[in-house]
Amino acid sequence: MEIDDTTREEVRAIIARYPDTRSALLPLLHLMQSVEGSVTPDAIELVAQQLELTSAEVASVATFYTMYKRHRTGRHHIGVCTNSLCALLGGDVVWKSLSDELGIGHDETTADGEFSIERIECQAACTHAPSVTIDWEYFDDATPASVSEMITKLRAGEPVQSTRGPVIRDFRATEHTLAITDDGLAGEGPSADHRMLAGLTAAKERGMALQDTAVPASTEGEN
Amino acid sequence: MATPLTPVLTAHWDDPDSFTIDGYRRHGGYDALPKALAMDPDAVIGLVKDTGLRGRGGAGFPTGLKWSFVPQNDGKPHYLVVNADESEPGACKDMPLLMANPHSLVEGIIITCYAIRARHAFVYVRGEVPHAVRRVAAAVREAYQAGHIGTNIHGSGFDLDVVVHSGAGAYICGEETALLDSLEGRRGQPRLKPPFPAVAGLYASPTVVNNVETISNIPYIIRNGVDWFRQFGTEKSPGFKLFSVSGHVRNPGVYEAPLGITMRELIDYAGGMREGSELKFWVPGGSSVPMLTAEHLDLPMTYEAMAEAGTMLGTATPMVFDQTVSVVKTVTRWLEFYKHESCGKCTPCREGTSWMTGLLETFQAGHGRESDLQIIDDICQQIAGRSFCALGDAAATPFPGAMKYFSDEFVAGTHTSADDAFDPVASTVLAGASKR
Repeated sequence: MEIDDTTREEVRAIIARYPDTRSALLPLLHLMQSVEGSVTPDAIELVAQQLELTSAEVASVATFYTMYKRHRTGRHHIGVCTNSLCALLGGDVVWKSLSDELGIGHDETTADGEFSIERIECQAACTHAPSVTIDWEYFDDATPASVSEMITKLRAGEPVQSTRGPVIRDFRATEHTLAITDDGLAGEGPSADHRMLAGLTAAKERGMALQDTAVPASTEGEN
Repeated sequence: MATPLTPVLTAHWDDPDSFTIDGYRRHGGYDALPKALAMDPDAVIGLVKDTGLRGRGGAGFPTGLKWSFVPQNDGKPHYLVVNADESEPGACKDMPLLMANPHSLVEGIIITCYAIRARHAFVYVRGEVPHAVRRVAAAVREAYQAGHIGTNIHGSGFDLDVVVHSGAGAYICGEETALLDSLEGRRGQPRLKPPFPAVAGLYASPTVVNNVETISNIPYIIRNGVDWFRQFGTEKSPGFKLFSVSGHVRNPGVYEAPLGITMRELIDYAGGMREGSELKFWVPGGSSVPMLTAEHLDLPMTYEAMAEAGTMLGTATPMVFDQTVSVVKTVTRWLEFYKHESCGKCTPCREGTSWMTGLLETFQAGHGRESDLQIIDDICQQIAGRSFCALGDAAATPFPGAMKYFSDEFVAGTHTSADDAFDPVASTVLAGASKR
């Protein structure tokens, strides 16, 4: 595969982050996926050369992790959590409706290359169940209707905002973020949404004190 | 009187810039750093030991003790690795913390590295949550720019580099030695212990692996002291904790409370059960710990009380399920998860999770054989304690836990499917909403 100068420079920068070059393997596979939409045999070869490993060593790692795809992923990757809690709270219903609407099943891609869908495991968003991800960005509290509307918007090229993050770009852009980590989009989305704030809100409503700073001893004495 | 909530890590998440260095500084952020740098590193370890802080990743190992296992003056590089691979079903407290208050982690990392004499730290964030990755990475960049990370930090002679590293989708990488292998660019498979990471961890060098929430506690501890920390919680479970309450409650979310709060109180803070809903079972700390029922609602949520009740506090991230939920379906789905996530390194876990899943699916479908319940139990006993790592033990947990209280539902699985016994729509949030 051919990579341009920018990617070549990113490869160098990623390798330089680590005391031991092999540690760059996972980020480099994310980077390759951002270029090609999957981890191709060519990409495995290229990463092997960069890290002075055999292609067998790289392939054995690439096939272990579910985020590395061996066939071309659609422009957008949509995940639906169907682990127990999300499934029961609506994930199974959302999954069926999405799968029916797009006419594809788990780990499949639409014929036009727009969408790949996947039943995913716990996304650490159980408080926002059912949890859905678009290009791995949170799309919380999903319903069949909200997912269907999101599909329509993405098809039409209209902006779709992650419920707790940036405007959706595409699968490859997210893979690029995972490789370089600091992509300039940290300021997007709220500090915390209402569910992350549920405890703080409940505390404030009840007049409970914030506890992050110790009350000075002298004040305590007066009470 | 009800146990009050105690916002510490979450105290300022309602600030629009709580995740930035300015937002963090506004409330005393980075005030702990010069204080720690003025102390002897061993004194920092001693102070953390005195607080009794226990690891927040699930196992509850005393943090200061873990740090003290790192051999000093051994001439080897030392490493701190932060486990931000939160993927235990039910657990959703580290990702919110990384997104809303990443600087508490960064300041904690700097202080911890100073204490254990590490000059290189890694934050291993699960790849499936890019917004957590970028928030931490931005916080690390801001800390470099402010001179909190880098060379000769604030003239102390202490050097530190911090690297944010994205995982690639493997639950097993939450196991600390699998995480280290993954960080070294290998398949995420656990290592034989001993040697423990404190002696031979990352790159075969002394390494401390700590959970995000654990390290985020450190700046507050340094700033406010041992007595302040110990005013919260119990003797054996001191401090405050992020509880992510999910499931059939009105307001699922993150609740920060002292250890020792009861589940009844937490459900109450979460607005109670949803309309028309009655608690059936709950799980205190992720799918890997045995379930409890309504009779356990008044137990203190501490490491010791949960152990006494035959379960574990785990990640302290309770999931709440009501009467609409099929226990058979819940447990089967969890087993499908463990089967999928078993790394395949050891036979009991690789084979056992497959066999259990296959058998449980027959009960879910309504054509299980009653004698197979004994076989599933036997498989659990063959996995537990005989696997390479805790994933196997965890996989052997949900079934016996469920049989203890709901064996009749499994027996019903010999003739009635889970979906026939429990309308799958009734358990959804959509159903709850339409009832209101």
